[in-house]
Amino acid sequence: MRPPALTDERRRDASHASRQSGPAGEGTLSRRRRRIRTWVTIVTFILPALVLFCLLVLAPILLAMYASVFKWNGFGILPQNFVGLDNFTRMFQDEIFLGDLWRGLVLVILSLVVQLPLALGVALLLNQPMRGRAVYRLLFFAPYVISEVIAAVLFTMVFSEERGLANRVLDFVGLDALQSTWLSDPSTVMYTLFIVMTWKYFGFHMIIYLAGRQSIPNEVIEAAAIDGANNRQIFRHVTLPLLGPTIRISIFLSVIGAIQLFDLVWVLTGGGPVHASETMAVTMFEYGFKRYQVGYASAISVVMFILSLVFALGYQRWVMSRDTQGAITNMRDQR
Amino acid sequence: MFAAAALALAGCGGGGGGEEQASGGGNVTIEWWHIQNIEPMRPVWEAMAKEYMAAHPNVKINIQPIENEAFKAKLTTVTQSGKAPDIFQTWGGGVLAQQVEAGLVKDITQDISSWSGNFLPIAAQPYQIDGKTYGIPYDTGMVGFWYNKKLFADAGIEQPPATWSELIDAVKKLKEAGITPIALAGKAKWPGHYWWTYLAMRIGGLQSIQQAAESKNWDTPDFVAAGQKLKELVDLKPFQQGFLGADYQTPDGQAATMGNGKAAMELMGQWSPTVQKDTSKDLGDDLGFFPFPTVEGGKGAITEVMGGGGGFAVGADAPAEAVDFLKYISTPENAGRAVATGAFQPVVKGIEDKVTDQHAKLVTENLGKATGAQLYLDQYLPPAVGQQINDSTAELIAGTKTPEEVAKTITQTAQSE
Repeated sequence: MRPPALTDERRRDASHASRQSGPAGEGTLSRRRRRIRTWVTIVTFILPALVLFCLLVLAPILLAMYASVFKWNGFGILPQNFVGLDNFTRMFQDEIFLGDLWRGLVLVILSLVVQLPLALGVALLLNQPMRGRAVYRLLFFAPYVISEVIAAVLFTMVFSEERGLANRVLDFVGLDALQSTWLSDPSTVMYTLFIVMTWKYFGFHMIIYLAGRQSIPNEVIEAAAIDGANNRQIFRHVTLPLLGPTIRISIFLSVIGAIQLFDLVWVLTGGGPVHASETMAVTMFEYGFKRYQVGYASAISVVMFILSLVFALGYQRWVMSRDTQGAITNMRDQR
Repeated sequence: MFAAAALALAGCGGGGGGEEQASGGGNVTIEWWHIQNIEPMRPVWEAMAKEYMAAHPNVKINIQPIENEAFKAKLTTVTQSGKAPDIFQTWGGGVLAQQVEAGLVKDITQDISSWSGNFLPIAAQPYQIDGKTYGIPYDTGMVGFWYNKKLFADAGIEQPPATWSELIDAVKKLKEAGITPIALAGKAKWPGHYWWTYLAMRIGGLQSIQQAAESKNWDTPDFVAAGQKLKELVDLKPFQQGFLGADYQTPDGQAATMGNGKAAMELMGQWSPTVQKDTSKDLGDDLGFFPFPTVEGGKGAITEVMGGGGGFAVGADAPAEAVDFLKYISTPENAGRAVATGAFQPVVKGIEDKVTDQHAKLVTENLGKATGAQLYLDQYLPPAVGQQINDSTAELIAGTKTPEEVAKTITQTAQSE
């Protein structure tokens, strides 16, 4: 959005120009020349990035939107068979897609209720002075650095029912009762998937919480302690509120991640057994690259895009408004 | 800058196009995509390409060996630009038909008429659509039961089952003996569809499948009955523990379960012994083969086989040399070299004696007796229908769908295509 001051200035310029229909005044001309030069500079710097952005981000989005209103198997250059919104109505009668939405919601809720509090707890723990703190931080963060595919291949072996590490270890330590079918039963696969997701991502959230915690000045906490607050009260009334912005951004990343979850599921379960762990992105891939229904797959991708966009905008507008306030409003005031 | 980029792009496009169009004397480049990205075939084909280039100095062959699944995704991406590689992997059937319809594939009926008679009809059939030929085979084969002779003997089964009820009896005996009767990759889905397809072939006969494919009606008593027979088997819980999460070619997958002697049989294609060797300790002489049994009262014969192999299609804009090169790799001598590696079944007449591997021989024998052939349904049908059959049979085997629902869902998908 353009600051109002600039717009006014521009309008004034425009009226100047229209009034002086004869030879332009020296001052205006040089100012205009200077302005043109500024614009040339801006355009020169922005153009390469803008071209790439249009080619690699905007064009595919528009192309997917275009393809989503056709019945198209992906062969040939452009789709021919226009079907209007059929792909979208079909989607909302598709048991698998509706299941995807539900499973996405389950993963989001589990992340918010289990994964993030766990990450917060570990972060606060690792903020305490202790021996080997750096090693622990490194260990917990390491899974995040590993590629999703490698993590998934690893866990297909860990959770293999007959020969996997998980059941063997549980057997060895006498916890046979906790042995499970893990990935090979529709009723347990989601929880197993969530365990892997947590293992993979809680370290990332832990690190940002840790960074957030370290930006809280110790004076504030000391002051609270001097005022007689106990540890629980300090956490509840000082640490937690001051961690607010960090927590809100971590929730944001977590939800967007759940909407777009693909690699991990694809390698770990392929969406099965019998669609029990399928996500929107997996369904999209199935239809696009296995069934060659590229039109329908594009429609799914468009819905994923809209969901992410609506969530991102809404969340920033309503939940993170205070966090982003400084960044935008101050700038405007300074102009 | 824009102009420069556009020029560069145009330069590439023009150059490539010019090269491809030129044929008969001029310099030609052939793009060849195949999926034999591992031993033993990769070096064999590389050698053949080199020999051909040496004999034809104006021809350059660019080989791209790509892994199976990666190949499918890559080809889909490339063909969206309206162009296909000059020579590329195909399995025939429904996918090839869609590529033909999109104008990506060359009709080579005339070009190969002088030598296409060398191919075994069963091998060449998947690449013929409406009387025209759009590809040539390099491998063929069939799906059947690979079984562990020792475990069968342990359970007191003397003869490999020849009828469905004998198979059910065998499963019961194996269970009583504490042996897992069947290895199945539930996660991969496609191995499950072999069961349903074979049962449908044995119950309704080959023509029932052709009829269903044409009329797009799979909701007939024959297909429901096939589902019921499969359910009858599933209800005995014959599969290995955790089979729904098992893949085919992983350390705890179907092939490894079979090869490690943890299950007594599997329904799988001609490649099974090779994959077992690759993923497990290998059964060696204990591994036997028998064709899918007949179903009592069914119309299908035990000599009708379901399976497929691999072939090559020629891109619509490919130079004439591409077809000539295919002729070169299909001569009895060169096809024989491929068969001698044990990787392929013979697709050309008169080279059966080149098969030396004991397991490959079992398949060759059974193929020799074949009286009819059906391509895998997930290749034969349009991809959406084929995948639906894989999906629905997986649901039937997992117990979440009934045989009737399976027949209905497949019909719905077929009719919306």
